[in-house]
Amino acid sequence: MEEFIQSKFNYWIYVLLMMLGLWGMIAKNNLIKKLIGMSIFQTAIILFYVSVAVKSEESTIPILPHHGHDYSFKYAEKHAKHADHDHDDHHGHEKDPHHKEEKHGAHGASGHGGVAHPKIPKPDNFANPLPHVLMLTAIVVGVAILGLALAISQKIYRHYGTLEEDELLKKVRAEDNG
Amino acid sequence: MIFSFDLLVLLFLIPSAIIALQLRNLVAASMVFGIYSFLMCLLWAEMGAVDVAFTEAAVGAGVSAVFMIATVYQTTRKSSD
Amino acid sequence: MKVLTGIVVTFVGLLLLYGVSDPEDFPAWGDPHSPANASPISQYFIQKTIRDSEVPNMVTAVLADYRGYDTMFETVVVFVAGIAIFGVIRSYEQEDVELQVSRRRPDVIPKRTVRLLIPIIQIFALYVLAHGHSSPGGGFQGGVIMGASFIMIALVWDLETALKRFSEKLAIACAGIGILIYAAFGLVPMFYGDEFLNYGILYKVLPATDSREMARYYAMLGVEVGVMFTVTSVMYLIYALLATRGRMKGGL
Repeated sequence: MEEFIQSKFNYWIYVLLMMLGLWGMIAKNNLIKKLIGMSIFQTAIILFYVSVAVKSEESTIPILPHHGHDYSFKYAEKHAKHADHDHDDHHGHEKDPHHKEEKHGAHGASGHGGVAHPKIPKPDNFANPLPHVLMLTAIVVGVAILGLALAISQKIYRHYGTLEEDELLKKVRAEDNG
Repeated sequence: MIFSFDLLVLLFLIPSAIIALQLRNLVAASMVFGIYSFLMCLLWAEMGAVDVAFTEAAVGAGVSAVFMIATVYQTTRKSSD
Repeated sequence: MKVLTGIVVTFVGLLLLYGVSDPEDFPAWGDPHSPANASPISQYFIQKTIRDSEVPNMVTAVLADYRGYDTMFETVVVFVAGIAIFGVIRSYEQEDVELQVSRRRPDVIPKRTVRLLIPIIQIFALYVLAHGHSSPGGGFQGGVIMGASFIMIALVWDLETALKRFSEKLAIACAGIGILIYAAFGLVPMFYGDEFLNYGILYKVLPATDSREMARYYAMLGVEVGVMFTVTSVMYLIYALLATRGRMKGGL
C-alpha cells in the first residue's frame, strides 16, 4: 500500500491541478481569470509529461558530463594523435586541472594515450530527453497564445467596456437584436 | 527525484493555483500566477528537466506576468469574482 | 453555472484518477522501464547524439537537429502570433490627451541600476545562446532574456526611449529575418544534393569544418541564432503593443 501511494501520488496531484485549471477556465466570470486558468492547465500538462520522463534516483540531467569528452570519438582521435605536445582547446574548456590529469594519466598508462575507447552513454543514467523537447515547444506556443488572448481581451474591453462574461453576453445579444 | 522535496513543492503549488484564481484584485492575481510559475520551474529543475525549467523561468516570470500586468493596466483592475 | 461546472470537473477528475491509479497498465513514477523511457527512439537519442553531432546537450541536439522541422514551425508560430497581435490591436488614431501622463522623469534608483544591468543582461543572453550546446540554454531562452532587456528599458524610461533604440519596423524585420535564417540553413543543403535541413553536407560550405559532425554542430548554432532573432523581436513587439493598447504612445 505504501509502495502504491509512493509510486502514484504525484499523478493524483497533477490531475488535481489540471482540474483546477479546467474549473477556472469554465466557471470564472472574468476573462483574465479564464486566461489564468488556461495557463494553470497548460503548465499542469507540461508537468505531467516531464514527470513521465523521470527515471530512477540515480539518473541525472540529459547533458553528457565533462562536455561529452568521455563519450566522443572525435575527441579520442584528436587526442590520440597529438599525444606529445599540449593540445589546443577542442571546445575551449580544457583549462581545469581535472582534464589535464585525466589526459596525462591515460598517457602514462597506454603510451599513445588519450581516451582510446570512448564510452557509450547508458540510457539508464540519463533522463529521457524526448518529452523535454516537446514541452519546450509547448511552453513557447503557450506564451504566444497568452499574448494573443490578452490582446483580444483588450479589444473587447475597448468595445464593450467590461470584461465580465455575463455582462458581455447581455451586451452582445442586445447588439445583435437592436 | 527526491520524494519529500517533490511532495513539499506540490503541496505549495495547489494553494497558489487556488489563490490565483480566487483573488479579486487582478494585479495581485497576476503576481500569484508568477509565484505558481516559479514553483513549477523549481519542480522541473529538481526532476532533471533543466532546459524546460530555464525556459519556464524566463517565460513564466519574465514575460508572461509582465504581459498580464500590462493588460490589466489598460483594462479594469477589479474582477467581480 | 459554477455548481454544474464543479460536478462536471469532479466527474472528469475521478475518471482521470481512476485511469492513472491502475497498478498494471499505468507505469509507476520513476520507472526506468516504462514504455516512454524504454522506447528505442529515446535510447537512440541518448546513445548516438554525441556521435552524430558532437553536442553534449541531448535536448538541444534533438530540438535543433533530429526534430528541426518542429522547431522551425514553432518559430513560425511565434512569428504569426506577433503579427496577429499587431493586426488585432494596432491602431493609428490620434489622441494626444494621454501623452502628458507618461512623460515623467524616472526615479534615481531604477535609472542608475538598470543602466548598469542592461549590458550585463544582454551579454548573458548571448552567452545562453552560445552555450546551448553544453549547458541548459539555446535559442529560445536567450531570445526571451534579450527581449526582456528591451522591455526593461521601456519599463524604467518610457516606450519612446525604447522605440528609439529598437523601432517597430526593425522589430518586425528582425522577426522575419530569424525565420529566413532558419530556412536558409535548411535550403542550402538542397543545393549540394542532400535533403532539406540535413546539415551534414554543409561541411563543404562552412569555414573551418572538416567533418559532417562539426558541420551539424555549427549549423545547429546558426539555426538557434535565427530562433533568437525571432523570439527577441516578437516578445518586445508584444509588450509594446499590449502596454499601450496599440498606439505605441504612453503606456506603462
